[in-house]
Amino acid sequence: MIAIIDYNAGNLASVARAVAHLGFACTVTADAGTIRAAERIIFPGVGAAGAAMDSLKRTGLDAVLVEQFAAGKPMLGICLGTQVIMGFSEENDTRCLGIVAGRVSAFSGRLSGDDGRPLKIPHMGWNRIRVRVPHPLTAGISPQDEFYFVHSYYPVPDEADRVMATTDYGIRFASVLGWRNLAATQFHLEKSGRPGLRMLANFCAWTPAA
Amino acid sequence: MLSKRIIPCLDVRDGKTTKGIRFQENVDIGDPVDMARFYYEQGADEIVFYDITASHERRNIMIDVVRRVAETIFIPFSVGGGIRSVEDMRAVLLAGAEKISVNSAAVRQPEIIARGAEAFGRQCIVLGMDVKHVGVRPGIPSGYEVVIDGGRTAMGIDALEWALRAQELGAGEICLNSIDADGTREGYELNLTALVSGHVTIPVIASGGAGKPEHLRDVLTEGRADAALVASMVHYGNFAISEIKAYLHGCGIRVRKTW
Repeated sequence: MIAIIDYNAGNLASVARAVAHLGFACTVTADAGTIRAAERIIFPGVGAAGAAMDSLKRTGLDAVLVEQFAAGKPMLGICLGTQVIMGFSEENDTRCLGIVAGRVSAFSGRLSGDDGRPLKIPHMGWNRIRVRVPHPLTAGISPQDEFYFVHSYYPVPDEADRVMATTDYGIRFASVLGWRNLAATQFHLEKSGRPGLRMLANFCAWTPAA
Repeated sequence: MLSKRIIPCLDVRDGKTTKGIRFQENVDIGDPVDMARFYYEQGADEIVFYDITASHERRNIMIDVVRRVAETIFIPFSVGGGIRSVEDMRAVLLAGAEKISVNSAAVRQPEIIARGAEAFGRQCIVLGMDVKHVGVRPGIPSGYEVVIDGGRTAMGIDALEWALRAQELGAGEICLNSIDADGTREGYELNLTALVSGHVTIPVIASGGAGKPEHLRDVLTEGRADAALVASMVHYGNFAISEIKAYLHGCGIRVRKTW
C-alpha cells in the first residue's frame, strides 16, 4: 500500500488516480498509523508553503514524515511536497521539514527568455529535464520528454549531489532531487502524460539501497 | 523554456459533445471521454471543456464527465461554462479538473476571480474573454470591447483593461477569444492577441479562427500567444494534433514532441 499524504494542500485525487491507473494500491491519508504501515509514501501538494507547514505541524505529520524518511521508507515528493522537504522556503518565510538541506527560492520577476521578452511567472506548462545523475526514478526518460510544471518557487539544495536533473526557465534550477530513500520532482508526474506515468511507476517499483 | 501548448476545445451539452465529429479512427463519436482520450493520445498538451448545458439541474452530468475524463487522461484539463460560484468551482476541481474557467460570471461579478484564486490558487483560475473589435472610442481605448453571453451582449468594457484587472484580481491565465475570428477558420486575431499578451504577465491562450497549421504558427510567434486553442480544424479530421505539432516544430517553434 502506498500512502498519499493528505494535508489539505490541493487536489490529491489526481495523484491517487494516476497511481491506481498504474495498478498500485494507494490510499489518501492523514493518519500516522496508516502512513507508518505503508510500504511507500507520496507527498504531493499544491498551494503555499506557509499554509502547508502549518497544516503539517497542527496534525503532527511533520514529525511522522521526518521519522519515516529516517526509517528508510521510499518517499516521493511532488511540486509543493518537493519544496516542503527542504530546510526553508522564501514563500511566507517558512521553516520546512529539512529532509534535504537547502532553501526554496522565488523566480525573479525579471527573468527573460531566449527571445529577450520577460518570462511569465508562475512557470506554467511543459518543459524538459536534463538528467545530471542517473537515478532509478528517471530510468527510461529521454531528453525530449516534457513534464507539466506549475510553480513560482524552486528548490535549491545546499549539496549539488542531491540534484538528479535540472530544468531551464530563465535560470537553471533543480527539477528532480534524490537523497537516500527520497526522490522528488518539481513537476507534476500525475499530469505529465506517459513520461510522468513512467516516472511514477519507477517510484512505485523502486527499492532504495539500504 | 516552455513549449507552446496546443489545446483542443470540446463543447459539451448534457454530457455529449455537440459538434458532428468525424474521426479517422474508431472512436465513439460524441462521447467527451473518448474524445479526450483520442486527443491525449495524439499529443494534446491540455484539453478545454465548455459545458453549454442550459439547465442548471443537469449540471451534475458534467461533473460525472469530469470525473471520468480525470480517470482517463493524465494531462491538465480545464472546465468552463456556467461556473458562477466558488462552490461550482470546487465541485469541478474535486472531480479532477486542473483549472476552471470563468467568463460572463466574472464580468458580472469580478470578485469571483479573487475568491477562486484565494480558495484554490491562481493557477486554477482561467479568465475566459470574448472580445469584439469596435474601434477606438470613449471608454474603449484599445478598440476591443468585452462581450458576454456568447457575444450577444456588449459590456462597454475595454478588453485590455479587463485583462489587466482580472490579472490583478488573481486570474492565472487568460483564454482570449475573438468573436470576429471565431468560426471563420481564417486565422486568429493576431493584433488582439499580441496586444493582450504584451501587456499581461500571465499566459495567454489564443482562441477563435484556427483553420490550418499556419494560423497557429502566426499566433504563437507574431501573436505572442503561449498556447493556441483548436476546435473544428481537429474535430473534423482535417488535421491531427501530431501533424500540427510536426509543422510547428519545422517552423522552429518549440512544442512537446513525445507523449
